[in-house]
Amino acid sequence: MMLGQFTPAAPEIVLLFLICVVLIVDLFVVDESRAITFWLTLATLAVTAWAVVMTPPAGRFVMFDGSYVSDPLSQVLKLGVIGFVALAFFYSRDYLRQNELMKGEYYLLGLFGLLGMMIMISANSLLTMYLGLETLSLSLYALVAFDRNNVASAESAMKYFVLGAIASGCLLYGISWVYGITGTLKFDEIAAVIQSSDSLGMPLWFGTAFMIVGIAFKFGAVPFHMWLPDVYQGARTPVTLYIATAPKLAALAFTLRILADGLGGLHDVWQGMIMVLAVLSLLVGNIVAIAQTNIKRMLGYSAIAHVGFILIAVFTGTEQGYSAALFYTLTYVVMASGAFGMIILLSRKGFEAESLSDFKGLNIRSPWFALMMLFFMFGMAGVPPWVGFFAKLNVIAAVLDAGFPALAILMVLASVIGAYYYLRVVWYMYFDQAEDRSVFQADRDTRFVLSLNGIAVLALGLIPGWLLTLCIEVIRTIP
Amino acid sequence: MGLMSHILSVLIWLPIAGGIAVVLLGDKGDADSARARQMRWLALAVSLLTFVFSVFLYMDFNNASSAMQFVERTPWIDAFRVEYFLGVDGISAPLILLTAFITPLVVIAGWDTIKTRPAQYFAAFLVLEGLMIGVFSALDGVLFYVLWEAMLVPMFLIIGVWGGQRRVYATLKFFLYTFLGSVLMLVAFIFLYTRTGNFSLLAFMDLPLTLREQQYIFIAFLLAFAVKVPMWPVHTWLPDAHVEAPTGGSVILAAIMLKMGGYGFVRLSLPILPDGSEYFAGLMIALSLIAVVYIGFVALMQKDMKKLIAYSSIAHMGFVTLGFFLLWSTMGGSGAELGMTGGMVQMISHGLVSGAMFLCVGVLYDRMHSRQIADYGGVANTMPTFAAFMVLFSMANAGLPGTSGFVGEFMIIIASFKANFWIAFFAASTLILGAAYTLWMVKRVVYGEIANPNVAALTDLNRREFLVLGVLAASVLLIGLWPAPLVDMISLTVRDLLVHVGQSKLAGL
Repeated sequence: MMLGQFTPAAPEIVLLFLICVVLIVDLFVVDESRAITFWLTLATLAVTAWAVVMTPPAGRFVMFDGSYVSDPLSQVLKLGVIGFVALAFFYSRDYLRQNELMKGEYYLLGLFGLLGMMIMISANSLLTMYLGLETLSLSLYALVAFDRNNVASAESAMKYFVLGAIASGCLLYGISWVYGITGTLKFDEIAAVIQSSDSLGMPLWFGTAFMIVGIAFKFGAVPFHMWLPDVYQGARTPVTLYIATAPKLAALAFTLRILADGLGGLHDVWQGMIMVLAVLSLLVGNIVAIAQTNIKRMLGYSAIAHVGFILIAVFTGTEQGYSAALFYTLTYVVMASGAFGMIILLSRKGFEAESLSDFKGLNIRSPWFALMMLFFMFGMAGVPPWVGFFAKLNVIAAVLDAGFPALAILMVLASVIGAYYYLRVVWYMYFDQAEDRSVFQADRDTRFVLSLNGIAVLALGLIPGWLLTLCIEVIRTIP
Repeated sequence: MGLMSHILSVLIWLPIAGGIAVVLLGDKGDADSARARQMRWLALAVSLLTFVFSVFLYMDFNNASSAMQFVERTPWIDAFRVEYFLGVDGISAPLILLTAFITPLVVIAGWDTIKTRPAQYFAAFLVLEGLMIGVFSALDGVLFYVLWEAMLVPMFLIIGVWGGQRRVYATLKFFLYTFLGSVLMLVAFIFLYTRTGNFSLLAFMDLPLTLREQQYIFIAFLLAFAVKVPMWPVHTWLPDAHVEAPTGGSVILAAIMLKMGGYGFVRLSLPILPDGSEYFAGLMIALSLIAVVYIGFVALMQKDMKKLIAYSSIAHMGFVTLGFFLLWSTMGGSGAELGMTGGMVQMISHGLVSGAMFLCVGVLYDRMHSRQIADYGGVANTMPTFAAFMVLFSMANAGLPGTSGFVGEFMIIIASFKANFWIAFFAASTLILGAAYTLWMVKRVVYGEIANPNVAALTDLNRREFLVLGVLAASVLLIGLWPAPLVDMISLTVRDLLVHVGQSKLAGL
């Protein structure tokens, strides 16, 4: 048995090993020098990213008896999750230090969550997927409750855990049905069984429905979205930032692997279910967000609406649709990182800039960061030239191509409704007087990274071509 | 290679780059600082330089060709075959000139009246200028849409930050109204893309479409353009936006942004959807006449000067859409050409006249901080020079021969006589209504006894205001007395467009 055989799985192996190193080192670090953990964590991420880049880049590589796959899609998504986790760690460092939350647990749980995401991204069987998902979910439950003296955090963690456990149960139940009918857990074999027999009938539908419940819960699609606004609001902002970004990519991988890889042949069956979830998410997310006064909660409902767009792209069941979903998720996460980063920037010791009115008069306090927030808001609203527009254009094109003009019209109308609450943030920043004129306390790296993030939202909008092409090429390699 | 082959890119990106420079160098929010003064000069220099380049464009423009000129075409987004595709013809070139001409005047008009964050103010106008020129020169659907929507952002900020009392309400209404109107245009573009495989507007023009498809797309375009023009009954955002916007914002809105709607009809609706346009022509004429007559009466009743001019803009833009859609009622022939050329001339003229009217109101507002007609009276006694300008522009607004306002209206009225007596009857009512609401306002504001001590204390125009109004007055008279250069620029393109629109696309199926 050659060690080289494991090379395609090197990123996960390396990451797990390094997590153990960080875990042990952190035991010996006192609170004052917790920065060591931070830098070790970043080094871990860098090495893992390097391992991803060095593993076989082209083609599809299935291993561990068919339960693990390394393909271009997994490469892109892994680099994505590593990058966004690193971004979240960067934004949070200063906040954690000021709020005396600079504990090793935040980083370790974050890294374990990352491991879970990477396993999900590379899963080629339902069981691997489930294991990855639980690794991620358990880390997230603990992260939400990480500030244990905070009642709101504890409550939302409890809610997240209970609902999450139910969703996992549904998913497992669905998996057991699919296994019972097809006799296998591996996506390619499931696909082959579906292909070869034309009358699998109700039982498989039943199993699919339960698995879709699991997907909807992880994505936070209506009507399985109840946990999302509460968790976004209740968790400390760095944790919200973490939950709101990289796990969306993992959820996309979850969806694409199961629905496209495994159950692609049942497209007619799941299409209707996904459409209902997508349309409800679009409407509920956009409309309820208007009524919010807490910006984290508002961004939570906005995330639900964005999930609606992603699911509509998945709904088409075409290559174009899947690549649109990939592009949408990647770019949405860039914007969401920035928006939550702004909340962190405005917060300081003992003060969470959670209320929308905390953004009042930001243009007077800091014209530059007001401009960055304007980029994030107009980007999410889908106003050109920011990248959010191209994400929406891509989805609309896929939907029209698949022959659903009514859905396309519904999508654009929903985005007009959505524009209102993004505009309201801009209005508070630019048209109102500041209630609070204190100077930001965030350090220079946070400011620098946030500026880069803002400029990226604009730059990706001006030159979106390469990323669009990349997404199309990556999706083309899934069977 | 050389400057002229990239003149459109220069016209688009020079002001945008200038705007970015101005906002980055900034003024720390202090309007009296040396930095703020430098930024004003920088903004003026950039806008003047853009104007100079637009003059180059005019001089190099070939009136004897109806093809796209100064074409630039490079791939932008390969995945959708979106191109950076620019070009101008006789329809878009005059509008680009208008944009480049109005912007420096707006910068001068805001020179020392903007007290808060002047650098951001001037930067917003420069960026807006580049985007507007881009809309008039874009020949790719996605590029067009990107610029069309991006334009809303600086205007949203201009109204919201520097506007009046109800600015937040007005600017949100403005943004959401126009955004709602435009999104369906995007769906229509993407639908057309699924047929042609790229987003070139020229390819859309040659694409055969069934009548049903044309009708749906026409409705999608209609929503976008009718909101922008604005046509009755989707005009209600305009009076609010105009009243609350700062003077410069009102000028740009009236002079250029409204023209985008008219431009959209000529550039997109008519050539891409000839049969759809024919199908809806009756409706368009009816809506246009409602705008002319009903909105004319509404204007008559306004107590606020800016609102009055805003309603008069809607009525005048009704003339533009009337001119464009007379085509089928005149059975081709010279009537169609007159109507369409008249509509184009009317757009340019209205750009100058309404801009000037808003500047006049701005001059009064800066002194009295009131827009109510009732607060004025006898302004001519204390501001004789201003009164002369105001009367001239009002005459132009009422369509007096010798001013630019006359040329376009006259052409359209002639064209409508060739179409149908009743269309002409209602269109011609503007001669009475327009004169009534404009001149009645002038009478109440400018003439008569000095109404109150505030008016008695007014001072006449300063040199800066004189310069701005003088330049506009000269151009209004120039087009009124000698419209030939403008008409020559437009006419060949219009003739070719009419030939294109005259051919049904249904035959190609």
